[in-house]
Amino acid sequence: MPEQLLFAIEVTLNGLMAGVLYALVALGFVLIFKASGIFNYAQGVMALFAALTLVGIQQGQVPFSHLINAIFGTHIHHFPWQVPSIIAIILAAGVMVFFAWLVEKYILQHLIGQPDIILFMATIGLAYFMEGFGDMMWGSEIKTLDVGLPQGLNVAIDETTYGWFGYGFFIDNLDLVATLVAIVLVTVLVIFSQYTKQGRALRAVADDHSAALSVGISLRFIWVLVWSIAGFVALVAGIMWGAKSGVQFSLSLIALKALPVLMLGGFTSIPGAIIGGLIIGVGEQLFEFAIGPMVGGATQNWFAYVLALVFLIFRPQGLFGEKIIERV
Amino acid sequence: MTTDMNADSYVTEDGRTIGPVVMDLKNITLRFGGVVAIKDISFDIREGEIRAIIGPNGAGKSSMLNVISGFYKPQEGEVYFRGSKRPQMKPYQVAQQGLARTFQNIALFDGMTVLDNIMTGRLNKMKANIFQQAIWKGKAEREEIENREACEKVIDFLEIQHIRKTPVGRLPYGLKKRVELARALAAEPSLLLLDEPMAGMNVEEKEDMSRFILDMNDEFGTTIALIEHDMGVVMDLSDRVVVMDYGKKIGDGTPDEVRNNQDVIDAYLGVSHD
Amino acid sequence: MFYREAGDFKTSYKDDNQTFPIRLDRMGYYIVMFVAFCVVPFFVNDYWVNSVFAPFLIYAIAALGLNILTGYAGQVSLGTGGFMAVGAYAVYKLMVAFPDVSIVIHVLLAGGITAVVGVLFGLPSLRIKGFYLAVATLAAQFFLVWVFNKVPWFYNYSASGQINAPERSVFGVIVTGPNTEAWAKYMICLVFVVVLAWVARNLTRGMMGRKWMGIRDMDIAAEIIGVNPLMAKLTAFAVSSFFVGVAGALFFAVYLGAAEAGESFGIAKSFLILFMIIIGGLGSIFGSFAGAAFMVLLPVLLKNVLVGGLGWPTDLAAHLEFMVVGGLIVIFLILEPHGLAQLWRLTKEKLRLWPFPH
Repeated sequence: MPEQLLFAIEVTLNGLMAGVLYALVALGFVLIFKASGIFNYAQGVMALFAALTLVGIQQGQVPFSHLINAIFGTHIHHFPWQVPSIIAIILAAGVMVFFAWLVEKYILQHLIGQPDIILFMATIGLAYFMEGFGDMMWGSEIKTLDVGLPQGLNVAIDETTYGWFGYGFFIDNLDLVATLVAIVLVTVLVIFSQYTKQGRALRAVADDHSAALSVGISLRFIWVLVWSIAGFVALVAGIMWGAKSGVQFSLSLIALKALPVLMLGGFTSIPGAIIGGLIIGVGEQLFEFAIGPMVGGATQNWFAYVLALVFLIFRPQGLFGEKIIERV
Repeated sequence: MTTDMNADSYVTEDGRTIGPVVMDLKNITLRFGGVVAIKDISFDIREGEIRAIIGPNGAGKSSMLNVISGFYKPQEGEVYFRGSKRPQMKPYQVAQQGLARTFQNIALFDGMTVLDNIMTGRLNKMKANIFQQAIWKGKAEREEIENREACEKVIDFLEIQHIRKTPVGRLPYGLKKRVELARALAAEPSLLLLDEPMAGMNVEEKEDMSRFILDMNDEFGTTIALIEHDMGVVMDLSDRVVVMDYGKKIGDGTPDEVRNNQDVIDAYLGVSHD
Repeated sequence: MFYREAGDFKTSYKDDNQTFPIRLDRMGYYIVMFVAFCVVPFFVNDYWVNSVFAPFLIYAIAALGLNILTGYAGQVSLGTGGFMAVGAYAVYKLMVAFPDVSIVIHVLLAGGITAVVGVLFGLPSLRIKGFYLAVATLAAQFFLVWVFNKVPWFYNYSASGQINAPERSVFGVIVTGPNTEAWAKYMICLVFVVVLAWVARNLTRGMMGRKWMGIRDMDIAAEIIGVNPLMAKLTAFAVSSFFVGVAGALFFAVYLGAAEAGESFGIAKSFLILFMIIIGGLGSIFGSFAGAAFMVLLPVLLKNVLVGGLGWPTDLAAHLEFMVVGGLIVIFLILEPHGLAQLWRLTKEKLRLWPFPH
């Protein structure tokens, strides 16, 4: 096989795996949007916050230590212990659930019935608040996240492909793990929403708030539930991206990558989020590979958006979104 | 006195002149996917008359109105306006031809004052371009004042002077309906479509609204096509009535003719199938 | 007790249409204008102009622009930073290419170029609505910044990738470049602000504004009563982008003097301007100013109190600023979606009736 083609295949595979991670973040958006009609811009910051919290707990950081030091002139920073990864993950998930409860109680409750766009802007405010809060609580320096996931070149794939084509594919172990985790997570979520009582309630709420209320479904419970799930998805996404490139501000920008995924896949569709994620992951890698060098590179910054924009002009509801019918 | 209703124009018993056909709908069929909302309906609207479209729920009345105002595009059939066939048009182009309408579920601009809402009705009369509007002095201001005068006439007519500067969102239902009528009337339409102008009103408000409709027709000579549920109101107001049922036309004529039409009686009172 | 419309009779529709129908408001307006033009220029120094006045005035123009698009026409845009970049790079290219033409004309032309780009990115607004459109405008943001970073022609192949404003003057007074005096910076910004605010006011109170608001409040109804939705949306994009472009041009040429697309016109700028109009008041000229003032003063205040007063490290103060801004956005949206402008209106309404509220 010609070398260029092999390169392209390798790029595609890496794109697919990046796409899985985009899809993972997009999934969090879709869940909240389906259940509450809220387009949650803060999803990316939630992933950052979850990852920060995880690292903080794991390493026994004292929360708000910078603030305490600044006010009282002390020099505290760490507790004298480290927490095992698994316990830290559970605790971080707990924090995300608590956070979901807070959001429902102090924000969503008060915005019921507002236009969608107001809710959207409120989540932008929430994103800013959380960003400041996360940094204030755990500090803003770049942290390494290590919960024992395998990392680095997958030797088996490298050797096998070398044997086949005379060219070894570079596939990161972490990407493989992320793909597996994403598949498991999506399966669990689909089973949950299709086959459990809470899942049915969730879909009912998504369909019609007041109708769901009238048959005795608690809107508050559903909203806390779905924000908790979204928080958990954010935690998983945060772990994957954090392990890959460190826990820092840029992690919250994955939300910006997930937005075009949603536009492509439709805001209400779980399969849409996954397929949209894969298309964009592969598309931007291939575009950068083929066209990037000609125009100065770094096309990943905008490719996804422009692709989604062009796509939307022809199909405004996205790949799998429901058709919008207008009436007067 | 007998009147020949097929003549080019004739004078009604109360002395109004009914002119030639303004709008002629020929064999209109409208489908949504597999559902046939309107099936092969033809009727016309004459200048100066009050034309009612009635029928039970789901008969396709609102769809008919939406076809006339250009919001729905019928799959079959033609619309003739003032004698010439109307090409495929966007709703705003239809409005530019002189059609104005009100909506079943009030469609006012909640963020604007009553006056501004009514002024939007005049938008086809105001020609100042964006640069003239940016400068304000000159043509834009002149137009603004001229059209304000026209709007004030409508405001006087509909007796809503006291709420002129109130944001529409704060008004009660009955007044909103009246403001919406004012907005449509401000356009000085050659054909005014009213979609259930009396839905959800109490008797007093209905009487007010009926009076406004009759006065509009009488004083300004406005041609009106309206949809209404209240049979009593329709029979008193209108010159001619179209009756629809399940997307088909089952009657067309003066209120008296329609009242005695067997199909219409069946549709409204039900018919025994034994 | 003095804030009354009683006795101030309107005898023509022209009088009734004026911007400040109440006498005291008119007087207040004249006083503000007098102070802004005849008092402030004699007292400003570099610190005040650079940290308060220039950013306030320039952001006020951008906020006016975004408010026309979002507050009046109801189309949310997250691409403001990108459009400001268009204005900045356009004015840079014009200044370098035609050194003899007045900078004022360059700034206006830069606004015009931005308007064209804005219309281009506004085209999808006919098909996509609400936050679909908001996300689509992010495409403009990322694409434009990338273009200005990657195409060397835009920064005249300078090694640093930066653009630097050459020295230009108006009526013999230097207004751009490092030798600009504080008062000159202030005055050129002020003149642009006053003229553009006047234009914005005229457009929004006339038929253009009604068409925009009609599209915002109920687009289908607006179309049925005769508003051409494409034209209404595109004019909103054009006018809005013109304002934003002028703001970008001034931001680069007068305020910063040197700029780099990603740093000066990144997505943070888009959000900053959006926050200004949310806090100030959507669909309000006054709100654009109030919001710009608030968002410019807040960091200055926090920095002075926390860092200067309490001796906190700057990064901690920055984190707190994020929390305060985000928190305020949420609080405003919950309690007062029409922002500071509405609070101001309510205060005035109370004042009109005071001291006999019934």
